[in-house]
Amino acid sequence: MIPLLLAAPSWFMGDRLGAFVASLFFTVAIFGALTMARKGAQFYIRHIPGLDAVEEAIGRATEMGKAILYCPGLSSAADVATLASLNILGRVAQKVASYESRLIVPHRDPIVMTVARETLKDAYLQAGKPEVLNTEDNFFITEDQFGYTAAVNGIIVREKPATIFLQGMFYAESLLLAETGNAIGAIQIAGTDAVVQLPFFIAACDYTLIGEELYAAGAYLSKDPALLSSLKASDLVKGVLWLMIVVGAGLGMGGSGLMVGIFG
Amino acid sequence: MKTRIPVLTAFLLGLFMWMAYFVDKDAETGVTWVRVFYEELNQNNIVIAVFTLYLGVMTLLLRHAKKIRDKRDGRFFSLVVILSALGMVAIGLFMTGDAGLGENIRFQWAFDYLQVPLSATMFSLLAFFVASAAYRAFRARSPEATLMLVAAALVMLARVPLGAAIHEALPEWGDWIMDIPNLAGKRAITMGVGLGMTATAIKIVFGIERTYMGSGGK
Repeated sequence: MIPLLLAAPSWFMGDRLGAFVASLFFTVAIFGALTMARKGAQFYIRHIPGLDAVEEAIGRATEMGKAILYCPGLSSAADVATLASLNILGRVAQKVASYESRLIVPHRDPIVMTVARETLKDAYLQAGKPEVLNTEDNFFITEDQFGYTAAVNGIIVREKPATIFLQGMFYAESLLLAETGNAIGAIQIAGTDAVVQLPFFIAACDYTLIGEELYAAGAYLSKDPALLSSLKASDLVKGVLWLMIVVGAGLGMGGSGLMVGIFG
Repeated sequence: MKTRIPVLTAFLLGLFMWMAYFVDKDAETGVTWVRVFYEELNQNNIVIAVFTLYLGVMTLLLRHAKKIRDKRDGRFFSLVVILSALGMVAIGLFMTGDAGLGENIRFQWAFDYLQVPLSATMFSLLAFFVASAAYRAFRARSPEATLMLVAAALVMLARVPLGAAIHEALPEWGDWIMDIPNLAGKRAITMGVGLGMTATAIKIVFGIERTYMGSGGK
């Protein structure tokens, strides 16, 4: 007799258990640090020279009477690096608004342009200078990678901004933009999580936010304890990862495949 | 209310996308409603993109039209932008001849012989910019810069036949630099990026970080 079998959908993909546990742990760590911050705990955050220079760079542009160019990368709003860049844009725009300088924000993605418009409006409002905002300076150029690069390089050469921010996801155009900025003598603060593009920014820019510093920038500039607490949670997870790497390497060298079995 | 609804939407959809990553979405063995909703959300992204693209193109054209109207500096370039954009649209819509949709030879010609060479020209400029950036980066101004100069020189020599001719072990040294210290640095950055990305995503999903939606972290 054939036994009756009932098919049921599989809810959980067992091979993703490690990622599931890690994401839960990270979420708990962030909320733990957030609770500590709300109770008044003070967190030490190391200085990031590129972010400490933001105020000075904006001040320099104001003194010279020149514009500030902010390039939010070439990726879409679905990319976390772009969202991190928009967070930085919000903080930078507040400072620019308080100095009443000109901020030029060219876009490759129309969705990012629309989101950035709201970010800018709010930043200028927060700074108490909504009338200074020129929405025309937040504009879409083209979705073509090198068409966008040519247009931004043209803006750099014609407008000669004193300060250039290159924050977000960049591809082959990273050096084209950074070298043009370097050629006109602008202070350049770059930041990307694209490992391949980092050497180009380091070679051509004054300051470069490397990888995770891009994500930490928004919290760092805001000085908001709630946002800074997430950096501490990241440090905790980093410590756990470091421990697991050391233990895993030790076990591996001793011939045990325990770690590979768990995460493999 | 202005921020509550977007924050709630981000929370619910973020939570769903997180859950969907761990749920089996296979057509035969997976959970059907999760798969359908997941695909639906991803396709909605395209719909939103179409509307915002229209908005983007309109801002581009209006910005340049205003520049021409106000007789500002560089208005000639604005004219080129408007004529190029509208010209491509006109070729795509009205100069189709007998060809069907997607078979417009004139549009393809304009793309192949105008757009592609212009992009290639910009890309090829990279060679010159790499040379000037490398010249600046490889100046031995500090012990760290000197170390980088030596490492870069070794790697470059190891990649060409001249390197092996100088010393037979040079290609191996080059590989060692790339595979051990260089890869260790790259992996450290990649891990940091992964953590930063996850932390940012969690902050956005739970509404801790709201600057991107114009609520100034309130």
